[in-house]
Order: sequence, then structure tokens, then C-alpha cells
Amino acid sequence: MPQVTSSGRAGDFPPFQQRHLISIADLQQHEIVDLLDRAEQMISVSRQERKSLATLAGKTQINLFFEPSTRTQSSFEIAGKRLGAMVVNMSVKTSSVTKGETLIDTAATLNAMRPDVLIVRHSAAGAVELLAQKVGCSVVNAGDGAHEHPTQALLDALTIRNHKGTLAGLTVAICGDIANSRVARSNLLLLGALNVRTRVIAPKTLLPAGIENLATEVFTDMEEGLRGVDVVMMLRLQHERANGKMIPSVREYYRFYGLDEAKLSHAKPDAIVMHPGPMNRGVEIDPAIADSERSVITDQVEMGVAVRMAVLDALLAARNEQ
Amino acid sequence: MTRPLLIENARVVDPATGTDQIGAVLVEDGLVSDVALNGPVGVPEGAEVINAEGKVLAPGLIDMRVFVGEPGKEYRETLASAGAAAVAGGITSFVMMPDTTPVVDDGALVDFLIRRAEAQSPARILPAAAITKGLAGKEMTEFGLLKEAGAVCFTDGGSSIQSSSLLRNAMAYAANFDMPFVHLPADAELVGDGVMNSGLFATVLGLRGIPREAETIPLARDLQLAALTGVRYHAAQISAAASASIMTNAKARNTKVTAGISINNLCLNENDIGRYRTYFKLNPPLRSEEDRLAMIEALRTGIIDTIHSDHDPQDTEVKRQPFAEASKGAIGLETLLAAALRLVHSGEVDLLTILRAMTSRPAEILGLKSGRIAKGAPADLILIDLDYPWQVTERSIRSKSRNTSFENARMQGKVMRTIVGGKTVFEHSDA
Repeated sequence: MPQVTSSGRAGDFPPFQQRHLISIADLQQHEIVDLLDRAEQMISVSRQERKSLATLAGKTQINLFFEPSTRTQSSFEIAGKRLGAMVVNMSVKTSSVTKGETLIDTAATLNAMRPDVLIVRHSAAGAVELLAQKVGCSVVNAGDGAHEHPTQALLDALTIRNHKGTLAGLTVAICGDIANSRVARSNLLLLGALNVRTRVIAPKTLLPAGIENLATEVFTDMEEGLRGVDVVMMLRLQHERANGKMIPSVREYYRFYGLDEAKLSHAKPDAIVMHPGPMNRGVEIDPAIADSERSVITDQVEMGVAVRMAVLDALLAARNEQ
Repeated sequence: MTRPLLIENARVVDPATGTDQIGAVLVEDGLVSDVALNGPVGVPEGAEVINAEGKVLAPGLIDMRVFVGEPGKEYRETLASAGAAAVAGGITSFVMMPDTTPVVDDGALVDFLIRRAEAQSPARILPAAAITKGLAGKEMTEFGLLKEAGAVCFTDGGSSIQSSSLLRNAMAYAANFDMPFVHLPADAELVGDGVMNSGLFATVLGLRGIPREAETIPLARDLQLAALTGVRYHAAQISAAASASIMTNAKARNTKVTAGISINNLCLNENDIGRYRTYFKLNPPLRSEEDRLAMIEALRTGIIDTIHSDHDPQDTEVKRQPFAEASKGAIGLETLLAAALRLVHSGEVDLLTILRAMTSRPAEILGLKSGRIAKGAPADLILIDLDYPWQVTERSIRSKSRNTSFENARMQGKVMRTIVGGKTVFEHSDA
């Protein structure tokens, strides 16, 4: 992996102007670059033997997950702890009937505990924004329905930048269940904001309405879509999609949309392969590729911690300014 | 015996006859007893005289689609609060949807509602009866008994009957009693878990879309079955541009079919949802601007017959939710007229056309004597100041619920006085 850039120590950055991180759509290009640069700094912190800073000492971070996710929750937890924050995990089990009620009630309850930042995941699009309106602290969206997952897009961009040296001039293909993917939406917004060319590749049943009007190229043939790309971003296929209603079967999906050697050969020889995890080996990706040197999937996990440290630092530093 | 009432110096606008000229209207015993357009009118002894100062005098509005919380959800809306909201908005009669708890699918309930509304509501409340028991779409209700009890039409309200064979039989049986059959065309499977119009905007918000075909396919089916059975079919509300052309074709062959539209689909579009504003989560959903413009055109050409408020009170508990989980619906009794006048002020629709869709057309469809200013017709009248500026504020709302899609909107035009059966039931005051 290339060495981190030398843009100075944490603290050299101008104050981050956002109070929350809900959507990539809320960020200006310079703010995205700023967060990536801050994250770059944090990589080295994580690689030190003593991996902790005290920048968030005395701050309270609550991870509020209405939808279970071990990976994302752990990543945010480690990020907060490495910055010295006190981190509390809350998993809220809800029935679909009482979900919304719990959301507003929980927001009021947690707000009274005076946290400095809430990390929220929820199964409904817009839920995190709604919650952010009801609390007095910063809120980070850790995924809201099929809407957005901003830290995933940031960590993906950081991973690409570190492997390719730059984002400029690249072409990124996002393949799979675009219709139901918040990862795809955040990535399309972020890459678009940085003028990276994007493509989406999926069967028509997994493409959302109007996608052709977004600034992206749409392909239904994977080999055609992968031709000449620098980055292949695979998405997880939820098993329930392959029940004959959206997709006939897993094996048909793998045949036409699973990333294997033959399909990948159409991408650039140095193309990297990404996946937000957790992977379904043999469904959307050939295990051999997932474990090959072209796969940067474990780097993504590492960048995830760095990006989340950067986001927490930027948001809470901004709070200190106010 | 009440005093006779003379409204003079009014701009009499009566869409039933196409009248739009200065004149006077005399009201005696709850009925219009004289309309004088070309000369002075004799003032009966002891009459109350109102100088309208050139304001528009129109028939009171007839709103064909209103949801009320009573019985069952009185905290959202009662007959009294809905009636008060209606007359404040210039609505003198409205059809009440059967979507209550219990559902209005029994003659005794229709009778109860009529009596209670008479006692509680300043506006005339016309109960609609369910087509199917419990709005479940499985078994027909007792159409004959419900008609005898006073139901004004049959409808499954916010629900849509999925079974084509049941729908065919229900239409045929309703035709038997010559009753209007009001049905919402919505394919439950195509709607699926969609929550807004299908398209780029839904995709950007990460919300599931409702395709236009969820409306156009059942609409085409309904119209074919209406032709087959001879029923007086009224498409409760349409929203998609393609629905207008389907209606155009059907109307060319069958004069018994009509269509309504919610004022929301004429004034708003999907972009008003902004960032998950749940007061704009409606059924049918707000469509694109192209659809809205096509709906305006359909209204102008008479393909769309009626405009209603689609008043649907919901409390904040069920609205202050993530968009996908929030309830559908918005209140509209108090804003129907002002919102409609927006289209007049913008030059999209002329005054007679817009008022016709809220007065004489619904009256014709429902077989009412009101909805016109004619000798012998009920004196349900409104005085409108077409230019009066006002703002929709939470404080100004008379409805028990606050879920208006015109929150804080600036309006031009307001009802100044509402008369039901010759009695003034609402007067605007600036205080």
C-alpha cells in the first residue's frame, strides 16, 4: 500500500462546518476532500503501537443500531475509543409496528443523557435525519434504509485513493443490487462530487427507477459494464431477492452477475476489487477473487476505522468551536 | 320562519348555468327564492340585506372525499370539528368516507351518522357506504338497505377492490339501485411497499416507488367493467397523465363514467416531499410535474369532473415517523378553495371551470339539488373574496389534526361568509 500523504498533523485542518453527517449530498467537494485528508492522518494513528489519541477525551458517543450490524458498529466503536471517547453500544430490537415510535422516544431519552455524538443505523430511509432533528448533539448516519451510508462511501474513496494514488480520471463500476443499496447511492454521490466516472451494473429488476437520469452509465451486461474500469465495487445480494420474484436463483445470478475471472478480465489489468461486506462467496463473487491480491476488501475495513475517526474528530471539533 | 335574506351587489358565479355577472340573490325558508341578474329585486319586508360589494357569490362547495375520525378516532376529527373546518373553507356539503371504526357498512350506522351530523355539524354531511363489508374487499354490503338509510354513494374509501369478479358483481348490483359507485383504482401488488411516486426522486431518497401503472391498469379494468354493468362509475381519484387518456377514451363511449382528483395532485408534485416531509405522503402519491400539468389539462377539458380535498386527518404520532412508516393523508377542508384559487390566479384554470368541479358536477354525480344558484335550490351559498391574502398557520386550523400539506403556505382568496340552508354558519373576521 502507498504511504500516506504528508498534509500535516491533525489540527491543521480548518473547522468542519457540518454539525451532522447524514448524507453525502449535504457535503461540498472540499468537505469530502477534507474528510479524506483527515482520515489519512488517522491511518497512521491506527498503525502505531499505542493507538490512542485524547482528542475526544470526556466525550460520550452512543452507537444506536436499530438494525444489527456487527462490523459497522465495531468500526465506529473502535474509532471512538481510539480518540478517547466513552462509547456506549445500544442495540434496539423493534417490531415493524413500533419502530417509529421507538425512534422518537429513544431520541428523547438518549438526548437527556447528553451524549456528544450519536451513531445511528435504521432500516427506514430518512429515519436518521428525523432523529437528528430531535436531539441536541451531532448525529452520524451509519446507514438509513436504502438511502445513504456516508462513511462507507468515504472509506471506499479513501481505499481507492490510496491504491490508485488519485481519484481523478478513474472509472468505477458498482455491481449488484443497486435498487436496495444505500452503499451504491452514497458512492454515486461521492464519486460524482469528485468527478469520478461511475457505472452501475445490474439486472433490470435490481435497478431503481430513474437511475439513467443520474450522472452514471447504466449497464445490464456485466462484461460490457466492466470493460476498461479501474475499480470494481461489488454489492451484497440479499438472499431474499433470489426467491424467484426479483432474481430466479442464486446460480443464475452468479452466472450473469457474479464476479469471476472471466468477467473481471474485461476490467483494466490493474483494476481493484471492492466489497462493503459481508460477502456472499459464490453468490456475487468468486471466492478466489475475494481472496486474490486484486481484492482490497480488508483494506476497506482498515480505512473504515480511519474514516470514522476522522468524521468523529471533524464533527466534534466543529462542536468545540461553537 | 327565519327572516328572508337578500344578498345584493354580488358577482354571481353559477357554474351550472355559466353565469358570471353582478346581481342579487334572495333566500327564503332555506331556499333560493329569486335570482335577479338584470334589475332590481323586490326586498321583502323585514329582510336582512347583505351588500356583497362585488365579491363572488357562488354555490357552496361539495367535497366528494372526506375522511372523518368519528366514530372510532375522535381524537383526529369529529363530525363537529370536520363540519366547522368545512364551512370555514366554503364547503357546505361533503361526502364522508366509510373508513371509520366501525366501518360504515350497515344501515344503522348510516342512520346514526345522518342524525348525529345534523345535530353536530354546520355543514351537510353525506355518508358514503362501503362497497364491501369491513372494506375487506371480500363480500358485498347491503346496497338496498344502505341506500334506504340515506347513503349517498358506495365506495371502499381508501381501499381498492382487487378481485375483478367481485367488482363486476358489485357494480352490477349497484346499477340495480342506480347508485353512484366510487372506486379508487389501485393495484395492491403494484403498489407493494411503495410510498411515493416511482422515479428518480424516490431513488435518490432511497424510498420504494409506486408506479403509475398501479393506477392505470385497475382504472382501465374498472372502466371496462363499468361499461359491462352499466353502473354510474366515478374514479375516486386519478393522478397519472396516462389515466387522463384512459378516461378520455372511456368517456367517448360511456357517458356514465366520471373521474375525480384531489386538489393536492393539482397543486403539488413529488418534489414537495423534499427531505421526507410526511405531510406530503398521500394516496395516490404526488406525481411528477408533467403529470400535474396533464391533470390540469384534463380538468380544463372536462375529462376530470370533480375536485375534492381528500381531507384525511392524522395525528402527529403516526405522521412524525420515518417516511416509509408514516401514515398517508393530509387534511384539506380549510384549504381546498384557496388552493384551487391558486390555479385561477396562475391562469391555469378559469374560475367557472374550477368552481364547476366543486359544485354542479359533484351535485350531478351524487343527484343533489344543491351545487347551483337556482330558484328552489337549497340556499347553500358562499361569498368569496378572490384576492384576500392569508397564511395557513397551525393556529388558524379548525380541524383537530394539523397534517396540512399547505403548512405556512401563503394563499390568495378566502371565503368570507358561508350559508347553509339560508343560515350563515361561518363569517370571516380579521380579529
